[in-house]
Amino acid sequence: MSSLLASAVPFLLAAEDGAKKVFSDGGVLAEWAWLIPVVPMVAAFAIVFFGKRSPLQGWGMAWGSMAFVAVYGTVLFFMNISDGIVYEGAVAIGSWGADGLGNTFGIEWGWMVDGLSIMMYFVVGVVGVLVFTYAKGYMEGDIRYTWFFASFALFGGGMLVLVSAPNLVQLIVGWELVGVASWLLIGHYWEDHENSSAAIKAFLVNKVADVGLFIGAIIIGLSAGSFRFSVIMDVIAEGGGDSTLAQFSFWAGVAIFIGAMGKSAQFPLHVWLPDAMAGPTPVSALMHAATMVTAGVYLLGRLFPFFNTPGFADDVRWIIIIIGTLTLFLTGLIALVADDIKKVLAYSTLSQLGYMVTAMGAGAYTAGLFHLFTHAFFKALLFLGAGSVIHAVHSNNMSDMGGLRKYMPQTYWTFMIGSLALAGIFPLAGFWSKDEILASIQYAGGNYTTAQGGAELANFVLVVAIAGAFVTAFYMTRAVSLTFFGEYKGDGHPHESPKVMTYPLIGLAGFSVVAGWINIPGVIKWFTDALGARFLAPGDHHPESIEISLAIIGTLAAVGGIVAGYFIWFADKDTQQERDKFRIPLLYPLLEKKYYIDDFYMNGIVKPIRGPVANAVDWFNGHVIDLVINGTGLGATRVAKLVYWFDQRFVDGAINASAAATGETGGMLRLLQTGRVQQYAFLIVAGTVVLVAGFIIF
Amino acid sequence: MLINQFLLLGAALFSLGVYGVLTRRNAVLVLLSVELMLAAVNINLVTFDRVVQDGIAGGQVFALFIIAVAAAEVGIGLAIVLLIFRNRRSANIDELDLMKL
Repeated sequence: MSSLLASAVPFLLAAEDGAKKVFSDGGVLAEWAWLIPVVPMVAAFAIVFFGKRSPLQGWGMAWGSMAFVAVYGTVLFFMNISDGIVYEGAVAIGSWGADGLGNTFGIEWGWMVDGLSIMMYFVVGVVGVLVFTYAKGYMEGDIRYTWFFASFALFGGGMLVLVSAPNLVQLIVGWELVGVASWLLIGHYWEDHENSSAAIKAFLVNKVADVGLFIGAIIIGLSAGSFRFSVIMDVIAEGGGDSTLAQFSFWAGVAIFIGAMGKSAQFPLHVWLPDAMAGPTPVSALMHAATMVTAGVYLLGRLFPFFNTPGFADDVRWIIIIIGTLTLFLTGLIALVADDIKKVLAYSTLSQLGYMVTAMGAGAYTAGLFHLFTHAFFKALLFLGAGSVIHAVHSNNMSDMGGLRKYMPQTYWTFMIGSLALAGIFPLAGFWSKDEILASIQYAGGNYTTAQGGAELANFVLVVAIAGAFVTAFYMTRAVSLTFFGEYKGDGHPHESPKVMTYPLIGLAGFSVVAGWINIPGVIKWFTDALGARFLAPGDHHPESIEISLAIIGTLAAVGGIVAGYFIWFADKDTQQERDKFRIPLLYPLLEKKYYIDDFYMNGIVKPIRGPVANAVDWFNGHVIDLVINGTGLGATRVAKLVYWFDQRFVDGAINASAAATGETGGMLRLLQTGRVQQYAFLIVAGTVVLVAGFIIF
Repeated sequence: MLINQFLLLGAALFSLGVYGVLTRRNAVLVLLSVELMLAAVNINLVTFDRVVQDGIAGGQVFALFIIAVAAAEVGIGLAIVLLIFRNRRSANIDELDLMKL
């Protein structure tokens, strides 16, 4: 272990101009931060092998590993706020070919401890430990209880491998681990064909996007000469111009963004996320809050200087901002028509991810990641609350709920806090992060327009984002009123969930209230400073002080959404259902069919490819593979017959012949053995005489 | 000194002994024939001792040893023959085919 630590390479970076702190290398805590991804991964494998025999059926190990990450992450998080940690550890594993120019790429396992990674450790750890606690109650009595926690720990561990990666290769390893774990978890109830299809869909859509990530990573790695982020950042710090990286940066940026679009479920690759609701609710909570969907935003944040430095992929930002805006608005509308409460939340996640990506595209590094941070808490809370309701009602559909306020007070209150935070009501977490994004977009429109028409685009995006805030508040009001108000329409008597499930709700509700307070523009900028601890200052663009007018407009949009929702769904309890069933012509079918994107993929891409490909594969299978296999079988039979004949005739013949010869010789020799001493003596004498005669004669 | 006559005597005696061992049916007579062969060997030993003259009369000493051993051998041999006769009421060697497994 000492050699491992000795080979770790600490990096110290002097303060960039404008930064107020000297970064520390984090000391022993950063040196041992490699434990953060390793502990959950080890726990995952330990649960597979020993989980069933352990006293808590594997839950203990999974929870313990997450609790470890949560404690470690929290300590690092607060240390980072006060000191600003930048540390990169690496252990060389091997080296990889030469590219003909004399470059060899080292393959390294490393761990990054800087502002961005630490924020992710904190979010994954804290949300993870609360979700794991909740899952103990939710998954009680599940037939694959132990296996579930093994996959769940792998999910968290894979995400931590991803966010701790100091190079693109390790990032891809973590990226794929998350993909595999999500496949396992979405398909947890695989007995239903629908669920396993959803798992496969999620995996395949992500694979399509992963091709983009691979291509982008290869271009960046080859042209920068290293897969290490620190080296890539050094190349970027030298500026654009004629460097190889700068020449290829546009396509590399597009490819990387396609990768991010897959994991972060951006339009039009968002189709897997609503279907991923097939998994158990704790999986959805973790997937939508801390792991998986945040990976794309994290990747954009990790490579932020690449997208934000003139001369590199800064043109790609316009693609990013357009895709983000489309996602945030279009998917938010679908949430209005969904009946499944988890689907409402899923489309809401898509919409919020649209906000984050839009912020990244607008050059607002802190705003985008701040929204990721706050969103993680209230979205996990909303999912766990929905899970608590589903646990009580035994149905996902809001048409089976209603009036649950009376039966489940704790779930109701925490869900309410989560909804208000999501809608962006002062002073809850969502308000601060959403306001920061709006302000950053406005700032980008006013101060940071490099492309033609940038200001107009930014203003348009700002309007859409404000409209998105209205839609968010609108559909959350609908979800809350259909679930918790009106008359109960389901079967049986719903009851409040056990404490192991409500306590995490209360904890997350607490975070949903306070998480926004660590970054109040112009007052507290802990989060901004903490995230700024990087090898290369991200070159963030965001306003220094609070934009009062924009905050008021954003809040008005949210309140407007709530009021509009109130008049539609609250105002008259008796006609609530009828009002909800009202269908706007043209628009409603479009939303109900999810803009026909799924149908397009199925009929336009999957079936045309699947049919001919399936036929071709079938033909190939029948005519080529079977031929080869049958030929091999036939040949083997022939050879076997020949060998059998040879065995019978020659091998057995030789053995039988030698046995027969021995037997006959023995039969002849036994005649000599008469037992008569005198005969023996005669033979001895005769032999002696012959020998002596032989000696004499010869 | 010519030794031929002694050696011829020894050879004749030995041959007689061999003949006796091979042909006699009676076990006692077979034993006697063995004694004849030993006596023939003794004659050869003494004869060659005279020729070699090694100073310690090794041949003669050896002859004495053989006489002593022969006496012991006859003692044991007769005892065996006696026991066989007692058990089987016969000392006929032809009937003793117990060495056949």
